Amino acid sequence: MATENTSLFQRDLVLEAGKQAFIKLNPARMYRNPVMFTVEIGTFIMLGVCLWILAGEQSQGTFGYNVLVFAVLLLTLLFANFAEGIAEARGKAQADSLRKTREETPARRVAAGDTLLSNNPTQISSSQLRKGDRFLCEAGDLIATDGEIVEGLATIDESAITGESAPVIREADGDKSSVTGGTKVLSDRILVEVTTQPGESFLDKMIALVEGASRQKTPNEIALTILLAGFTLVFILVTVTLKPFADFANTPITIAAFISLFVCLIPTTIGGLLSAIGIAGMDRALRANVITKSGRAVETAGDIDVLLLDKTGTITVGNRKATNFYPAPGVLDGRFREVLLLSSWSDNTPEGKSIVELAREQSAADSSGQEAPREAPVGMTFIKFTAQTRSSGVDMPDGNNGTTRIRKGASDAMRDMVEKSGHVFPGEMMDRVNEISGNGGTPLVVAVNEEVVGVIELQDIIKPGIRERFDRLRKMGVKTVMVTGDNPLTAKYIAGKAGVDDYIAEAKPEDKLEYIRREQQSGKLVAMMGDGTNDAPALAQADVGVAMNSGTQAAKEAGNMVDLDNDPTKLIEIVEIGKQLLMTRGTLTTFSIANDVAKYFAIVPALFIVAIPSLQGLNIMRLHSPESAILSAVIFNAIIIPILIPLALKGVSYKPIGASALLRQNLLKYGLGGIALPFLGIKIIDLLVSMVL
Amino acid sequence: MDTQIFGIAVMYLLVVLLAIPLGRYIGKVFDYESTWLDKFFDPLDRLIFQLSGIDPRPAMSWQQSLVALLVINGWWLVISMLVLTTMGWMPLNPDGNPSMPFDLAFNTTISFVTNTNLQHYSGESALSYLGQMILMLWQFISAGTGMAIAAVVFKAMKEGLNPSLGNFYSLLVRSCTRILLPLAIVTATILAFEGVPMTFEGKGTMTTVQGETVAVSRGPAAAFVAIKQLGTNGGGFFGVNSSHPLENPTYLTNIVEDVGLFLIPIAMVFALGFMLKRRKLALTIFGVMTLGFLMLVVPAVLSELGGNPALSKLGVTQSVGSMEGKEVRLGPAASAYWAINTTVTSNGSVNAMHDSMTPLTVLTTLLGMMINCFYGGVGVGFLNFYIFIILAVFISGLMVGRTPELLGRKIEANEMKIAMGIALLHPFLILAGTALSSYLYAENPAELAGWLNNPGYHGFSELLYEFTSASANNGSGLEGLGDNTPFWNYATGLVMLLARYLPIIGPVAIAGQLAAKKYIPESEGTLRVDTGTFGILIFAVILIIASLSFFPALTLGPLAEYFSLYRS
Repeated sequence: MATENTSLFQRDLVLEAGKQAFIKLNPARMYRNPVMFTVEIGTFIMLGVCLWILAGEQSQGTFGYNVLVFAVLLLTLLFANFAEGIAEARGKAQADSLRKTREETPARRVAAGDTLLSNNPTQISSSQLRKGDRFLCEAGDLIATDGEIVEGLATIDESAITGESAPVIREADGDKSSVTGGTKVLSDRILVEVTTQPGESFLDKMIALVEGASRQKTPNEIALTILLAGFTLVFILVTVTLKPFADFANTPITIAAFISLFVCLIPTTIGGLLSAIGIAGMDRALRANVITKSGRAVETAGDIDVLLLDKTGTITVGNRKATNFYPAPGVLDGRFREVLLLSSWSDNTPEGKSIVELAREQSAADSSGQEAPREAPVGMTFIKFTAQTRSSGVDMPDGNNGTTRIRKGASDAMRDMVEKSGHVFPGEMMDRVNEISGNGGTPLVVAVNEEVVGVIELQDIIKPGIRERFDRLRKMGVKTVMVTGDNPLTAKYIAGKAGVDDYIAEAKPEDKLEYIRREQQSGKLVAMMGDGTNDAPALAQADVGVAMNSGTQAAKEAGNMVDLDNDPTKLIEIVEIGKQLLMTRGTLTTFSIANDVAKYFAIVPALFIVAIPSLQGLNIMRLHSPESAILSAVIFNAIIIPILIPLALKGVSYKPIGASALLRQNLLKYGLGGIALPFLGIKIIDLLVSMVL
Repeated sequence: MDTQIFGIAVMYLLVVLLAIPLGRYIGKVFDYESTWLDKFFDPLDRLIFQLSGIDPRPAMSWQQSLVALLVINGWWLVISMLVLTTMGWMPLNPDGNPSMPFDLAFNTTISFVTNTNLQHYSGESALSYLGQMILMLWQFISAGTGMAIAAVVFKAMKEGLNPSLGNFYSLLVRSCTRILLPLAIVTATILAFEGVPMTFEGKGTMTTVQGETVAVSRGPAAAFVAIKQLGTNGGGFFGVNSSHPLENPTYLTNIVEDVGLFLIPIAMVFALGFMLKRRKLALTIFGVMTLGFLMLVVPAVLSELGGNPALSKLGVTQSVGSMEGKEVRLGPAASAYWAINTTVTSNGSVNAMHDSMTPLTVLTTLLGMMINCFYGGVGVGFLNFYIFIILAVFISGLMVGRTPELLGRKIEANEMKIAMGIALLHPFLILAGTALSSYLYAENPAELAGWLNNPGYHGFSELLYEFTSASANNGSGLEGLGDNTPFWNYATGLVMLLARYLPIIGPVAIAGQLAAKKYIPESEGTLRVDTGTFGILIFAVILIIASLSFFPALTLGPLAEYFSLYRS
């Protein structure tokens, strides 16, 4: 807690915010916030009253009292401005630390048509790079600016951005072709094309948002501002009409009392903290290493009904592994393992590697079996996996001038192949395939010369703790959907095991888009995470699209957030940040309005008590005098703003306990608390004030 | 138990017991489900539509419904002005009463067409029977207007995308013929049997115990009184309303009239539950309204039963309670109970002199009208409540971290704008009107001396009450106010007009716009609006918006009077 607090109010941030508090007094800036703008008008009026008294006016009370009221009102404004200032300063500091990584770095620009092997690059500074320029990076270089690899492959240390020390591989023509300015190339050589103009990167956009220059109010903020403006209008009406009422009752009321009544009643607490809350929301996203392109996206995240998650990497750990081999009837274990080893010899996919691994393991354990071959047979050609054949394998000479064709692949594709060549797919193997699928595994059918020789079982490993996270989401009212290329049986099994609510099996990018559209048509808000170019349409269609920083430029352009950590479970955090943002606004609004009850009981008796002494009965707090009562109320009103700044910046904590329970809890805490606290606070301040007066 | 308290408990229980089946019936009428009364009313409705040449079948949009409502109300205003300013020369005028001057006709016309029934005249001497009958017609159709437009909002709240809002004309006619008419016939019959006159003859004569002969006004009162109560109208046939022995002759008629006053406003809440198939929502709304009602009625009844401390100081014993301005046959408890009933429902009929009530009763009657949705007027009471639901949904949605939604539709800036504007209107009209009149009075005390019978806090309460009553479309008066002057006639006329139509347009626009939005099925994250917690929140929003804005004004009126009378 202590460290949190020190980081909340760092010395230099406080100084900057303090300076901003005065700069923001400029009415031209102030008018954007109707509540605080009316306070500013009130402050000016009080300044006028003070001067008027100096000029000899007698009916407005003592000069000291009026100056005090003026000073407290001014303080109210400064506190509110300070709140906004500190939120901005924190956001900027966070963004600056990210931006530092991409200050002036040398870049080696090459001419437009040059390739990776170009040897006459021009040495320039990163700030001179323009969109479309290409530059070379080698091991040891800092990447000058954001871009996309057009040629080559490299390992890159992205710890400056993500804090993750393990290097990552980035290569051209894939879904992981993006590089970020400030990260370091560890090996190899790449040719990068600049994708953003200087000053227009996502980070730059985010900094501009935080600084308020381009910060648009979100729809929800607009609706809340209307509510607050409405409350302000009501109390303008109450205060203005009080003048003829008081004249009718022959009870003169001073200007200071009018202004104080008004300022205390309008929702200054939330009005003063509103923009700080919004900025802090984006800042919290940034701290989670998520760059948001608009404040609106964060807010929308809190409303998400449906979450689309990729299976691999999010729900399951990395990749599938071979767990069992099932040879066809009549095929010996040893022979089957040999076929498997051959089939996966040149297969560098994680699945392929795991097959080789398991085959070697089993050979070693099986003393009676053949020794597994250690060298690749001569003349073997590797057949790559393609989306059309959905199988891979090898072709090798059989010794009789023919070719032995070993293939492994998805059961339906293999079945097609086997049956087309006139062979029978053994029923026993089909049962095995279904059994494996039913258990959540992925069956790979292996055939030699179009005859089935056995089935490999691949299994997914579900991430520990993921089930609890989905339960948490379900309690928030968020439906989780697993997206996977697996067949429906496997998908269903994993979905059940991981506890997701729905799944899209054998998913193609269009399926995602279709699913999102369908959910949106029924009024739901959908979030998804993606990285590939073919995810771009779905990212754009989703209400919250989070692109991975490692993803392609197209994906990053399409989404409205970029996750620097490339962490697929980040969506869950983003939803909570969005909810926190809304809740902080809601609870502080409630608190602010609930405060009015006590303030009424402080000020209204003070207004009339001199002329109507029997109204002492309304002075239930037994405040010392009308002046002390009014001062106590405005002082309470002012100091509650800085007291609540930490809450505004950190946000109200969200617990997924169901909407009604959450409402009950917050209503008790901020509603009832909002009624009770000012009674106590005003009474204490009154005791102090009456000692001084 | 005290028989006075027992009497009012019976009345409340009776109302609730009758309101549940009536709510079911109203739901059926608005949903066009068949009832056994159809065979009487189907031909009647057909006749009405054949005569008017209106096709009652096509579904209307919310805009079309509002236009229909405003145009038809506009015509009623014109017709009413014509009748009231010419009735002196027209038939059905056995007592030879004169036509109304323009300003009074303006006020009376608006008053009756807007379902307010603020009366700056006494029926005995200011209206012919034709005038009374045209006003009685407005009492039917203005109440029907409120119910029909509430039905449009109920329909808009139904599940699914773009639910049909029905045909406003058809709903209006059904409200009048199938709901108000049968209830009015039953009520009027009971009243007539208990001695309320129902005749077109002019004044009768009577010999008093002292042997003097006096002329007694009469007329078609039983019919008038029945709809006055049922349609939350409140305009009396006679000047002193239901405290007149011929308008409310016995304790039994008092029960019938009081039950009639409360019946439809409560039944409308149940009708909502039946129509939306959300019984729990209806119970939540009913619970909030009842809680508010109890908070007003308990202090009022206790205060009246406690008597007047000023009289106690003089050594007068007040064993039954404060009897000033009350009818002996009814007593203080039934009078205070009626006073709260009539102010929370925007009815405005009275069975005692509100000006003579103790300060706490004046305070609670004022609050009843300022809040104006603890049951509220027929139909429109729910529309007022709807605004508070919108505001409460917005605040609570934010508190649970979700863009607020009401019954599956998102509430956004546009709805908030309308809701806040309507929530502001009522305080604006009341405070601005009272401010203007108190300013004028304070500036010209000599010239305007005729305005107020009472100086000081009570005088201020009289000004405040008059504008509150006009803005709540209530119609009762604290009296003691010389209100038949051009200033009061025009000022309150204008207030009634604005306070009637804007709070209809606003909620209908919100409900209509929401109905056209995407319908989001409920999930675990959805905040339910039919829970006790949400009920408490609505209650808090109502108290804070509707009563806090009046706190300073109430302090200078009834509160100052209370503390001066009781605490010094």
